[in-house]
Amino acid sequence: MLIATRSVTKDYPGVRALDSVDFDLRAGEVHLLFGENGAGKSTLISILAGAVRPTSGTLYFRGRQVSLHSVHDARELGISAVFQDFSLIPQMAVEENLFLGAEPRKGGFLNRRKSREQAREILDGLGFRIDPAARVDRLTRAEQQMVEIAKAFRSDLSVLILDEPTASLTNHETDQLFGLIGELKARGIGIVYITHRIAEIRRIGNRITVLRDGRYIDTVDAREATEDGLVQLMTGREMGKIFPARIARPAGDPVLSIEDLTTRDGAVRGVSLEVHAGEIVGLAGLVGSGKSELLQAAFGTRPVAGGRVWYLGRDTTGQGPKQNIRGGFLYLPPDRRTEGLMMMRPARENVALAALDIRPFSSGPVLTPGRERRAVAELADRMNLQPRQIERAADQFSGGNQQKVMLARSLTRNFRLIAFDEPTVGVDVGTRAAIYEFLVDLVRQGAAIVLISSDLPEILHLSTRAYVFYRGRVQAELHGTGLTEETVLANFFEREGG
Amino acid sequence: MAEDKATGNAAILVLKRAFVRLGILPFLLLAALVIFTLMSENFLTLRNVTNVLRQSVYLTIVSIGQMLALLTGGFDLSVGTILALASVAGAMVMAAVYAAMPEAVWLSISLGCLAGIAAGTSIGVMNGVGVAFFNVSPFMMSLGMASVGFGIALYLTGGVPVYGMPVQFGDTFGFGNLFGFPTPVLVVAFLVLALYVFLYRTPFGRHFYAVGGNLRAASLSGINTRGILFLTYVLCAFFAAVAGMLLTARLDTGEANIGASMPLESIAACVIAGVSLRGGVGRLENVVLGALFIGLVQNGMNLARIESYLQTVVLGALLILAVVADQIRLKYVATLKD
Ligand SMILES: Nc1ncnc2c1ncn2[C@@H]1O[C@H](COP(=O)(O)OP(=O)(O)OP(=O)(O)O)[C@@H](O)[C@H]1O
Ligand SMILES: [Mg+2]
Repeated sequence: MLIATRSVTKDYPGVRALDSVDFDLRAGEVHLLFGENGAGKSTLISILAGAVRPTSGTLYFRGRQVSLHSVHDARELGISAVFQDFSLIPQMAVEENLFLGAEPRKGGFLNRRKSREQAREILDGLGFRIDPAARVDRLTRAEQQMVEIAKAFRSDLSVLILDEPTASLTNHETDQLFGLIGELKARGIGIVYITHRIAEIRRIGNRITVLRDGRYIDTVDAREATEDGLVQLMTGREMGKIFPARIARPAGDPVLSIEDLTTRDGAVRGVSLEVHAGEIVGLAGLVGSGKSELLQAAFGTRPVAGGRVWYLGRDTTGQGPKQNIRGGFLYLPPDRRTEGLMMMRPARENVALAALDIRPFSSGPVLTPGRERRAVAELADRMNLQPRQIERAADQFSGGNQQKVMLARSLTRNFRLIAFDEPTVGVDVGTRAAIYEFLVDLVRQGAAIVLISSDLPEILHLSTRAYVFYRGRVQAELHGTGLTEETVLANFFEREGG
Repeated sequence: MAEDKATGNAAILVLKRAFVRLGILPFLLLAALVIFTLMSENFLTLRNVTNVLRQSVYLTIVSIGQMLALLTGGFDLSVGTILALASVAGAMVMAAVYAAMPEAVWLSISLGCLAGIAAGTSIGVMNGVGVAFFNVSPFMMSLGMASVGFGIALYLTGGVPVYGMPVQFGDTFGFGNLFGFPTPVLVVAFLVLALYVFLYRTPFGRHFYAVGGNLRAASLSGINTRGILFLTYVLCAFFAAVAGMLLTARLDTGEANIGASMPLESIAACVIAGVSLRGGVGRLENVVLGALFIGLVQNGMNLARIESYLQTVVLGALLILAVVADQIRLKYVATLKD
């Protein structure tokens, strides 16, 4: 037994995040944690990693009782964690982040050459193509995720904790990570792994522990676990299908037409695309392939060098977010912490943010706080926000619930076109089904949706049409029976000859 | 005995809760009241309390402007200079117009006030342009403008005070009463009320919090973040300039040397009132209390005949205490269930 907890409890103001939970991790196994948003998974691993101290309960490491006062303490024991919320310093280079607190030295001074070499070694060893000298805030979220993983690696590792590491990775990057996990397992390292993706559970898991409302429910063998069984353990009830029925209606008038668009930074090069009312258009592709960048350019947050954007028949090229939002076009970013939410402000203000100029949030030039509260409370119900306290700061919600707060923004106005960039990052299965249902609802009411996603099943099951991006260009447009896993994947990478 | 202990514990718990909910300020206010009442019998008299109100007017106005800068995640180190420049420019124009047309008293007062406020606000316009449109850090921008403004004020006056304003100016805005209240106090009350409505009853006010809360998210939600940042520094300077004119009326001279302590004191008032230096958090009414608290402490120390050099020490110490207390509070928040 590498690590074990005995009746660990953690209280936050107003919530019991963990309620006397027992957990143990064996050497050489991947132990998965599974549960709804807010079930307490991140809290449990934060305790294991020394980032959070339990209110009560004990912790054992290799059979010895230990108390971890900091992440540093845990690292001394060889326990490393990749947290759901990144712990990178954005203004620093990748290599500086990797060795933060354990910088390679030479006679008391920093050894820059050595640190560059070691950083490259680690990154190459993991198969991540990232420049060690690049500044972290210039990287995409997926790349930051890779740096975060690389940071957790060290030679004397005994326990590795990963909190939704694949949330923003594409299939290819995920495969690399899984390969790596296999190697670590073989070396006798214990791995605690949190995910909301059921497919991953079977691929890498040995045992699964299910948490619900902060309580331990059961531990099951990964080979014997069925999807329905897990979901039932997790929610305490039976669940229907995750994906709703495909939209059968024919698409309506064009809402967004993009003609030969090129961005100034070259992330998008000569892309044309069309979105109609009543359809969900999926955008697939690797990270940095231009799928997000295209919609950012159309939304007016990324400078355009050439080409045109037409929205509802008007030329809106270069128009900023303010006009676009008033015109009924919203883009929701993939990274809720840095681009989506005001972490210190109440959920209510975060939801209302894009609609403060209209009813029910304001009337004429004045805000109407009472109506705002009622409207947001209603949206919180609809999104099943847990806990249902809209005056809580965004910071105090679990990751998936933060995501719900941001998504609720799309319901505050009558949007005609909404671009969701990775909308289900870190969202549990039950809520994911609710979000899909809600996307389909929006479409039924006549809105057009652009679904930018690294999650292939999501693209396959929801989109009426999909574009696959590769290196800033559209590689393929797929629809109907042509939209399959094989065709999408075949276009993820460069085509031979073509 | 056991009962005593239980009630004792309960009392501590109530105190802790109050501390978590309200912050350090109410405790400091209470402590100051008790200490100074014990130290001087003149402290808790109606006359002295009115006095404190009068004296705190200037800091209060500057602090509510400073709060805007802090809310959006910056700060304004040039408030002292703005005060001085407004005072000098306002006094010069007023004196000149008055000298040219001695019978047009109110015209000269109006023109003087306009000129002073315009001069002070222009510093804010520069700050705003630098911060919002050229992405200069608020620290560098306002530090630079502090030097520019101070230089101009000294240059304009040659370092000597400006005299020659109509006596009515001082009589009305410095020492006068209106509807039974000191005029400056009424001015503050009006400004605070106006800003309160603006901050908490209009979408614009929410935008200030959003810009400080998360600039990117605000911009993606259709908020004109540059516009808000620009407005922040213009408003902050406007408030400081108004304070400058009121102080000029009080002193009856235009001076380049007033306001040097304003940057520190206004930031202290905000921080003591729980405004976060990282932006996005803080309430106007608390900032007003924070400024009053500093006024109260200064007044109390004067009555208790504490030397002015030592007063500076106390003020700096209080600022640090407030920041430390805030950290402790954050820790309590995590341990205390409510
Ligand atoms: N800093 C905090 N302050 C207050 N409450 C918190 C804090 N962090 C978490 N909580 C609460 O603790 C509970 C468990 O949160 P936790 O982050 O462990 O959930 P999770 O299982 O990781 O969910 P997710 O899948 O959404 O990431 C939630 O109800 C959450 O609101
Ligand atoms: Mg979590």
